[in-house]
Amino acid sequence: MTTTAPVPPSDASLSRPRPEWPDATGHFGPYGGRFVPEALIAALDELSEAYEAMRVDPAFLVEFERLHRDYTGRPSPITEVPRFAEHCGGARVLLKREDLNHTGSHKINNVLGQALLTKRIGKKRVIAETGAGQHGVATATAAALMGLECTVYMGEEDTRRQALNVARMRLLGAEVIPVTTGSRTLKDAINEAFRDWVTNVETTNYVFGTVAGPHPFPAMVRDFQRVIGDEARAQLLAREGRLPDAVLACVGGGSNAIGIFTAFVPDADVRLVGLEAGGDGVETGRHASSITGGDPGVLHGARSYLLQDAHGQTVESHSISAGLDYPGVGPEHSYLHDMGRAEYRPVTDSQAMEAFALLCRTEGIIPAIESAHALAGAITLGKEMGPDALLLVNLSGRGDKDVETASAWFGLAEHTAPTDGDERAVEEGRGGEPGPPLGDADHTTVQDGDAL
Amino acid sequence: MNSQLDTRIGAAKAEGRAALIAYLPVGYPDVPTSIEAMVAAVEGGADVVEIGVPYSDPGMDGPTIQEAVDVAVRAGVGMADVLSAVSAVAAAGAVPVVMSYWNPIERYGVERFATDLAAAGGAGAITPDLIPDEAGAWLAASDAAGLDRVFLVAPSSTDARLAMTLAACRGFVYAASTMGVTGTRSTVGDTAQALVTRTREVAPDLAVCVGLGVSDGDQAAEVAGFADGVIVGSAYVRQLLDGHGPAGVRALSEDLAAGVRRR
Repeated sequence: MTTTAPVPPSDASLSRPRPEWPDATGHFGPYGGRFVPEALIAALDELSEAYEAMRVDPAFLVEFERLHRDYTGRPSPITEVPRFAEHCGGARVLLKREDLNHTGSHKINNVLGQALLTKRIGKKRVIAETGAGQHGVATATAAALMGLECTVYMGEEDTRRQALNVARMRLLGAEVIPVTTGSRTLKDAINEAFRDWVTNVETTNYVFGTVAGPHPFPAMVRDFQRVIGDEARAQLLAREGRLPDAVLACVGGGSNAIGIFTAFVPDADVRLVGLEAGGDGVETGRHASSITGGDPGVLHGARSYLLQDAHGQTVESHSISAGLDYPGVGPEHSYLHDMGRAEYRPVTDSQAMEAFALLCRTEGIIPAIESAHALAGAITLGKEMGPDALLLVNLSGRGDKDVETASAWFGLAEHTAPTDGDERAVEEGRGGEPGPPLGDADHTTVQDGDAL
Repeated sequence: MNSQLDTRIGAAKAEGRAALIAYLPVGYPDVPTSIEAMVAAVEGGADVVEIGVPYSDPGMDGPTIQEAVDVAVRAGVGMADVLSAVSAVAAAGAVPVVMSYWNPIERYGVERFATDLAAAGGAGAITPDLIPDEAGAWLAASDAAGLDRVFLVAPSSTDARLAMTLAACRGFVYAASTMGVTGTRSTVGDTAQALVTRTREVAPDLAVCVGLGVSDGDQAAEVAGFADGVIVGSAYVRQLLDGHGPAGVRALSEDLAAGVRRR
């Protein structure tokens, strides 16, 4: 196969049979739907119709596959991590390397599709929300590539936690607007993006970053992300001659998880495990585990599990990971949870950071803190399932953006006085004190000032 | 079905004027003052008060309303306070209608909300992020309790959606006059009049009230020239944010009430 031959559309992820859900109006059982002002319905209908036409258009499919291959670097490889797996009860652990994609995470898969859709409906401007900055960077990238104007809304709190990604977006020509309302994190960035969209809907398309929001976003983003699982399933069959026993992914809004789960949903023997951000622990109330610690309600245009109080007010979420720090979750996850097809477990900040350090030191891979939640899940699940288990973990992003947060957490900086790069770590008194041990991966003691 | 809103807006029409509909959220700056402000709006001439339920994620509201509502959310204001406001507005002689994003109603319980709202003397509810397509439970509960239900139409609504939405409305239909979020604007624009015309063609017997953008008596007069009711929100909230209190609300109401009579 030469590198320039177009991938036949018949092989494209988008052409594969979709799950039976959602229904025509975007409902995953009782979840999903459209809870938005009437002023947005015409735009959502336009998107739905244009998307349904585009996904079966051979010219689009060829272009989408070409971008995946030549721009993003797909297919992303599978890496077995035996030294890490020694800490997982002897189970074998294989990583799906979405961290190696251009822009550093799975987010590029979705934005390339939505940017092509934007051009197709003749709009010149895109807006996006971002938490960790990964979706914002990906959107700014696609906008630069396709000559679209780009505005990214980001909670002020997150612009501080993820300053590197703010600079990246600006380098790419995007306008980054820090959001100062509410909790100043991802949920408020989404509110502001919706406000921009309802005001500028005639010229602007909203490139939504995850499998949440009103129909058609949950289904469309799933379709754009399912390439992760479609590739991984074929890669595992080719190299192992078998399917994995479990597929693990972190879940904030849940796009990387849906992306890797979808291909395996019909494989009833494959456990699908979503790892939610447990923050300080679900029992403390300071977490972002919408399914484990929330209940069904309506937020950001769809019915799904969410963190809410007795009055139906959204409760602020807490996680060391900006990308998982969201009080809602995509409606398909709620549906998969209720039908028992997928299971969802919380992973605390400490567990995630322990897994983060472990992967760094055993395998030379710095994961995104988001993805480290999935790695922590593998440590627990591997011990439960035993040495014969084959675990597939979606390494959804790389950790370059998290080096400062990790430095503060572990007390690794040369001058350990914390900067305002991670206010939360400072508040919790972890920044300036010797951090928790980096793990005993090599049975060595971490020296103060030891750099990652 | 007897509709409080239809009756009151019809009475204004019989006087040859548009109705004045004032929005204020419960709980800003605190619950008693917000209720006092609603009563002041009525004393100044409001026919209907839209009683806002505080919500943490008011995606359709601009910065003015969000600033006020954030205070109420942080103070833990809930449906019990809203129902107190409903009773107070009814006692002051205006028609109370609740304005709420959907999740607080769903969380309270849709049937319970309808029952309690009717018992408090409320006319019904305006639901800005609930479209009739998703409103099965609310349609049933509002029918059972004899409540009005107000959905929104927008300039971008297709003819088919307009017809479907108007068929689901009772009391009046809320015409969002410009594309965008709530907030005062210097001009209301022609899109509002065009939308009202389209609405009347489909549902000639349903009152059309126009919101999003009116801030003074002159604009109220302009809108009153083509709509059955003029909805004012951010300008009222601005009075409270700027520290003018219930007296400022009353004065604004007087200006607006004169406007809707100038048509």
